[in-house]
Amino acid sequence: MKFVSEFRDPKAAKGLLASIHRRSRTPARLMEFCGGHTVAICRNGVRQALPDTIDMVSGPGCPVCVTATADLDKAIAMAQIPDVIIATFGDMMRVPGSQTSLERARASGADIRVVYSPLDALAIAQANPDRQVVFLGVGFETTAPAIAASILTADEKEIRNYSVLSLHKLCPPVIRALLEAGDVRLSGLICPGHVSAVIGSRPWAFIASEFGIPCVVTGFELLDVLHGIDRLTAQVEAGEAKVEIAYGRGVKRDGNPAAMRLMEQVFEPAPAEWRGIGTLPESGLRIRSDYQRFDAECLFEIDPGVPHDQTDCICGDILRGTQTPLDCKSFGTACTPETPIGPCMVSSEGSCSAYYLYGDGNHA
Amino acid sequence: MPEEILMAHGDGGKLARDLVAKAFVEVLANPILERLDDSAVVELNGRTAFTTDSYVVTPIFFPGGDIGKLAVCGTVNDLATSGARPLYLSLSLIIEEGLPREDLDRVIASVREAADEAGVVVVTGDTKVVDRGSADKLYINTAGIGEIPEGVNIAGDAARPGDLVLLSGSLGDHGIAVMSQREGIAFSTRLTSDCAPLNRMVSKMLEASPRIHCLRDPTRGGLATTLNEIAHQSRVRILIEEMSIPVKEEVASACEMLGLDPLYMANEGKLVAVVPASDVEDVLQAMRRSRYGEEAVIVGEVVLGEPGRVAMRTRLGTTRIVDMLSGAALPRIC
Repeated sequence: MKFVSEFRDPKAAKGLLASIHRRSRTPARLMEFCGGHTVAICRNGVRQALPDTIDMVSGPGCPVCVTATADLDKAIAMAQIPDVIIATFGDMMRVPGSQTSLERARASGADIRVVYSPLDALAIAQANPDRQVVFLGVGFETTAPAIAASILTADEKEIRNYSVLSLHKLCPPVIRALLEAGDVRLSGLICPGHVSAVIGSRPWAFIASEFGIPCVVTGFELLDVLHGIDRLTAQVEAGEAKVEIAYGRGVKRDGNPAAMRLMEQVFEPAPAEWRGIGTLPESGLRIRSDYQRFDAECLFEIDPGVPHDQTDCICGDILRGTQTPLDCKSFGTACTPETPIGPCMVSSEGSCSAYYLYGDGNHA
Repeated sequence: MPEEILMAHGDGGKLARDLVAKAFVEVLANPILERLDDSAVVELNGRTAFTTDSYVVTPIFFPGGDIGKLAVCGTVNDLATSGARPLYLSLSLIIEEGLPREDLDRVIASVREAADEAGVVVVTGDTKVVDRGSADKLYINTAGIGEIPEGVNIAGDAARPGDLVLLSGSLGDHGIAVMSQREGIAFSTRLTSDCAPLNRMVSKMLEASPRIHCLRDPTRGGLATTLNEIAHQSRVRILIEEMSIPVKEEVASACEMLGLDPLYMANEGKLVAVVPASDVEDVLQAMRRSRYGEEAVIVGEVVLGEPGRVAMRTRLGTTRIVDMLSGAALPRIC
């Protein structure tokens, strides 16, 4: 089995597209929650190929984008502490904080290292026993289990110079908050693919049952996305609202129990601040007191000062789905991937970045 | 005891003289280098192309090549894609103290091998040794000169609407092969770097059609960046076909895993040619007869429209923008 080309087959894609065109009668606004889906849609020119009845809007599913400026400032402040090494996923590097970015802090002398996995951060800690290694725990339910595993490994191997700044966010609470706020009216939701691989499809049931919105969990290849839109269109036209899985190779209804156990062992739900959305209860993960010695928040005393958000940036509205990147007057002029004003232009999964790099479908 | 490069190997004294004689002159042997004067003296005819490039690849050995082969092929290819016949190279090394002598010898042997294949000679060189930590094992700079045959006019601003865009083979092999060896990313793959001297293929292409408009080797920044440069310099729009772009399944999978796009991955043995439609068949045949162009294909066309813009027709038949690479290619987060 070829895991990439099979899911990009143009014949099958055109078949799904024809099915969407055949089915769609009612105007429908569908949200793709994940930045990964936004990228797949833009990169494959999906928007242009859809019937006029279907309007796709991007959601807040980009962990880098939803990280609050205050939290980013905290990470940058930690990087300034002597003998601290910050380990981070690459996407965080260029996000502008109030004063500077991690990339600029590194250029000015802070020791900040890009890693692909928290276990690499652990290896850095073992190689530098005299220094403190802080891993920036940015991500959703997808990355949290691996980071939990790194803490358990550090515990087991008695690695005492490793800690995590947990900025993790949970997806179901933010979707509930968006739907309760009612700023954006949705006819259907493409649920997160990789998050669902961990937590399963059950946590989305409330979207269908309480809000009457059809849901499909799908993957990130072209055929996955089209299959997801086709299934949502079928539900919309049939007047149904249920949670379907169109990503059988990656997601089970009950998710991955082992991964969830890891996550629950190390983390507990806590309030978290989301950029553009505000502080939501039980929408983040903090490190349980049993593992407090791995919690960077408890280990270091820092004062990053009062956060300052850029006023001419509408990333917050874009993350809520009430505006698109094209509504922003800085988009493509003052704000580009080289001179980003907001995180959505920096992250590889940010809506602004996807619209800018691949075009919105009309500008190509 | 295995020999290592010491600071004294770079200080101009006896050890340095021995190193030059044994490690370089003996291996790279040619009458111009052997004179060991302060400059190499060579004869040239007509228009001359002159280029330089520094090589800092890490790790210095990777599947399908090493920094030595890369330093020859990269400079040879820059000359070739200017339409020049590469003739002479300089070879300048900055060595970190402690580099195993064995590694240096392996690198210089592959310099010789690649130079022989390309038909160029290393006629001058230099060696410096720096303190441990001041460099990462070995950096190489090569400069090259070559002669441009009469009637050949290749330039980045020469693409015209109606021209077709040819690509000599699959994208991203080098970038992924090197990345697969990096600490912190390492994954196993059968993929090897495509690193190769392309000058013989270019000669054949120019024999087939001296009217080739542009030639480029899509190294750092990949095909997307190269095409954007041409579109920008020639003030034209370029439209490529996603379905025509050759990418190996291993490269596609590795890119997917790392959150990278093959269009932006580095190649070291591929070239892009912009050719008038009338001459495309002949040029394509010439490419396919070369061992480095067997899989050459037409990937797009130069069209009227917004100048400086590259677009791609997707699998769905829609179009999207193909922008330049912005910043370093970074790993994905989720």
